[in-house]
Amino acid sequence: MDKKQQYKLNKELAQMLKGGVIMDVTTPEQAKIAEEAGACAVMALERIPADIRAAGGVSRMSDPKMIKGIQQAVSIPVMAKCRIGHFAEAQILEAIDIDYIDESEVLSPADDVYHIDKTEFKVPFVCGAKDLGEALRRIAEGASMIRTKGEPGTGDIIQAVRHMRKMNSEIARVASLRKEELYNTAKELGVPYDLLVYVHENKKLPVVNFAAGGVATPADAALMMQLGAEGVFVGSGIFKSGSPQRRAEAIVKAVTNYNDHKLVAELSEDLGEAMVGINEQEIEILMAERGI
Amino acid sequence: MTGVLAVQGDFLEHEKMLEALGEECFEIRQAKDLEKPFDRLVFPGGESTVQSRLIDDLKLYDTLKEKIESGVPTLATCAGLILLSETVDGSEGFFKTLPVRTKRNAYGRQTGSFFTTGSFGELEEVPMSFIRAPYIEEAGDGVEILSVTDSNITAVKYKNQLAMAYHPELCEDLRIFKTFLEM
Repeated sequence: MDKKQQYKLNKELAQMLKGGVIMDVTTPEQAKIAEEAGACAVMALERIPADIRAAGGVSRMSDPKMIKGIQQAVSIPVMAKCRIGHFAEAQILEAIDIDYIDESEVLSPADDVYHIDKTEFKVPFVCGAKDLGEALRRIAEGASMIRTKGEPGTGDIIQAVRHMRKMNSEIARVASLRKEELYNTAKELGVPYDLLVYVHENKKLPVVNFAAGGVATPADAALMMQLGAEGVFVGSGIFKSGSPQRRAEAIVKAVTNYNDHKLVAELSEDLGEAMVGINEQEIEILMAERGI
Repeated sequence: MTGVLAVQGDFLEHEKMLEALGEECFEIRQAKDLEKPFDRLVFPGGESTVQSRLIDDLKLYDTLKEKIESGVPTLATCAGLILLSETVDGSEGFFKTLPVRTKRNAYGRQTGSFFTTGSFGELEEVPMSFIRAPYIEEAGDGVEILSVTDSNITAVKYKNQLAMAYHPELCEDLRIFKTFLEM
């Protein structure tokens, strides 16, 4: 199969995840809870972002054995994270037949200049972005799915909102430009011209765009969906809360019926304690600043 | 008027294909949506475990099953095929309205996903995207086999139900949707 065809299939897998919730899990038991609660995929990692933050130090790709355990536990797609620029970690994840790789700012970056050349891989990649420029650069490198960076492990939604709004307003601006203005805008944004033309003509990214980083409640999920996300990643928000199963189920349903305020209200009842969370002013490391 | 199950998955892509053929669509996200009149039903691609869970929790199951059994023309792709199948991976299926034995993730994980072209009944050169796709191991009595890919059954028709393991909604070819609208 040629690369173009493979890339199309990889974008299409992301299309199958739309309207769904992708949950961070650290054990096969958590993966089963997530699948049972209605997750459309799980992200297998050794420590969820909140604990990575608390532990400090260098954070790396998870043990392949732990990832395999999760692959065996569930039938839904399994994703895993590698460090930004660490193509050898990505090769390992591809070798164990992972469904999607997240080249993620949550882990310590391995390269401060280059991201992975994702076109060299058969397996699909999702990457984080704060704005349209970052999103289109990642897509040019071969990402077949984009998510907002948000601020992982905080339970604070403000950064995900900021990134989604920024992306939307830039897309609207590009769509309103005259065609001859696109070259200069491509230069300003640091993105390939043809991708910008796609955004200009279609008023959307050429790949699926999810919200991530700081989602902790059904209301957070509904907020991001109403702002235009096509689905939601929930990292620390579920297994750092009082009753993970209930919260996971509620977030899944809130994503499906994000416009039904009465239903989201019902779903928000009795979920126990949400993750404690940290405000963006209180954090020492801004993960969203990694990889631009 | 076509009701498209929109609890999760690529329901928008289905709506676009149908609308290109002049069909009106609406989304089924909760029980009250099923009160609207409709004469066709679509089960889109996505994750079948998520979809079945939401169909149960949002109390859509009985009405949907009733509609399929009452003869409403129904199109199901990939996850949709799994939902309709009588048997899935050797266990009892979900709606069990389609007498076939289906194998989930039959081609393995994403690295096993592929694109090919093949025939669908009398239609030739139909583009087919298989994404973590299932296939049908065995079709029961009265099931018409429409596509066979590498010796596995990948599309069938049974009474009012049209089901396939691949994704016609991801290609530009409208012929399968046209067939559905003619049912």
